[in-house]
Amino acid sequence: MNRFLRDSLLSLALAGTLAPPVLAADVRVSVTAIVDHPALDAARKGVTDELADAGFVNGKNLKLEYQSAQGNTATAAQIARKFAGDKPNVIVAVSTPSAQTALAATRDIPIVFSAVTDPVAAKLVKSWDATGGNVTGVSDLPSLEKHLAVVRQAMPASKRIGVIYSPGEANSVAAIAELKKLAAPAGITVVEAAAPRTVDVASAAQSLIGKVDVFYEPTDNNVTSAFEALAKVADQGKVPLISADPSVATRGAAIGVGTNYYDLGRQTGKLVVRILKGEAPGKIASQVSTKLEMHVSKSAAQRQGLMLSEDFLKSATKVVD
Amino acid sequence: MTLIAFLGSLEIGLVFALVALGVFISFRIVNFPDLTVDGSFPLGGAVAAAMLVGGWHPLIATIAAFAAGALAGLTTGWLHVKLKIMQLLAGILVMIALYSINLRVMGKPNEPLLDTPTIFSAFSSASVSASWVTPLVLLAITLMVKFALDWYFASEVGLAMRATGGNARMARSVGVSTDRLSLVALALSNGIVALAGALFAQSQGGADVSMGIGTIVIGLAAVIIGETILPGRSIAIATLGCIVGAVLYRMLIAVGLNSDFIGLKAQDLNLVTAILVTIALVMPVSKRYLARRRSAAGAAKKEVSSC
Repeated sequence: MNRFLRDSLLSLALAGTLAPPVLAADVRVSVTAIVDHPALDAARKGVTDELADAGFVNGKNLKLEYQSAQGNTATAAQIARKFAGDKPNVIVAVSTPSAQTALAATRDIPIVFSAVTDPVAAKLVKSWDATGGNVTGVSDLPSLEKHLAVVRQAMPASKRIGVIYSPGEANSVAAIAELKKLAAPAGITVVEAAAPRTVDVASAAQSLIGKVDVFYEPTDNNVTSAFEALAKVADQGKVPLISADPSVATRGAAIGVGTNYYDLGRQTGKLVVRILKGEAPGKIASQVSTKLEMHVSKSAAQRQGLMLSEDFLKSATKVVD
Repeated sequence: MTLIAFLGSLEIGLVFALVALGVFISFRIVNFPDLTVDGSFPLGGAVAAAMLVGGWHPLIATIAAFAAGALAGLTTGWLHVKLKIMQLLAGILVMIALYSINLRVMGKPNEPLLDTPTIFSAFSSASVSASWVTPLVLLAITLMVKFALDWYFASEVGLAMRATGGNARMARSVGVSTDRLSLVALALSNGIVALAGALFAQSQGGADVSMGIGTIVIGLAAVIIGETILPGRSIAIATLGCIVGAVLYRMLIAVGLNSDFIGLKAQDLNLVTAILVTIALVMPVSKRYLARRRSAAGAAKKEVSSC
């Protein structure tokens, strides 16, 4: 029995070394993400659709491969090595850790990152301009200036913005630093509450009641997972909840304003197509996702004591209930 | 599997061979189910990354990572030995504390090392490609740790430590300070795990505060696969088993990533891992059961024939 296990483990490992080569396709694009999660999945779908529209159809003239690291950095590193060995035409790396491990694995194969907030701080590119090398991509750096404008438009009297975030998420930490910089000249203070785990979200929000005029939630994965808990506190405390993720207007936010990840994927796909058609990634400047969406929930706004003008509602991309 | 993918799996396998050696010390030598490793692995990465970015020499940064991990292990041991907190809980407490500490150490959740000199860049040259240098350096470090442990566990202190795990009461009765040895074992174990974290960050482009998730499962899987492949009671074989187990485990993951042909997909990876580890865990038990049944059947047959 023991020998059986040993033999089967060994033969499985051997099978890997003898895996059949992939079918000869015209073009190969390999996609990797650190985890499967709605925003990242939407970005991936955007890439696929954009490729299809440009005439690269998976299974026909394109071999599209997707690997998820399921939250494990070691697996992400191994996926990066696998891709480096497969030598696809382009590697699409969704999220910061995926892009970093991809760049550690290859300096030759073009890498297009997607949904990376700050590619310069992550050392994927030296600057936002075209800087040579094998990397370019689309950032989901939220346009905090526009978010702040929405907050001030919806609540002109707000002086204190409460932010709930996970201190372990690079995206959120960067967003708060930027928000503080923008808010200070306008005389607005940013009050932080850290929620390192999903179960901490409600108590973090409660700690801000009475200290803030409005809640702002950056696209924090942890807080988004427990969004209903945050919405409940906002309802009880009558503090309007504004999020950087448009989709949470259906989950209790009064206003969701931010990046549409499907469109971000589309934008990423455009870069992939340009590279497939012969452009060098080092000659393409990194971009920020351009399309912003604003979803408004009338009932949530009412529960949280937020009066919205007709004009404001008209400016929304989508109004739910 | 391509050569680059193979070398990459070997590389990550060797990093986790160190994790397996660390886990082997806590789980097998002193019988302490230590969950600290999920925190000490990223701690090693964080300390090394922060120091490298701060301009320290890679060797010093790596040694400091080991020391930081040892300190974390000592803390867990102290919580258990002095404050009498349950083993599992002591490990969990230190693990979650380390999450905050790692954020403090790096000052942010992610510290890239993509253009910083690392311990590997000292060995790379124009003539040898990086995909060969890194696994070779890792192999050298892993073997050094393995032989050092083999030597240590054959020494008087090492034997006393093994006695501590085997039968604490007996060990105490012959004058072994089991508490102190548990502390040393945990420090050594987590030091090695943090060393692995430091090497992982340096070979994979940077340290991330989330990189510790699942370390204990991978380490344990490697130890158990190693024991199954290389059964034997000697320490030298057991430590070799840790290395072989970790590399083989990574090769299995590589199969998982290349397994379109068996119908497995990316999302099946964690399930496949759990099943493999479960099989490996159950094996020794079912083997004993089968052996007992066989001997019982043999005895019955003998009885029949003697009638």
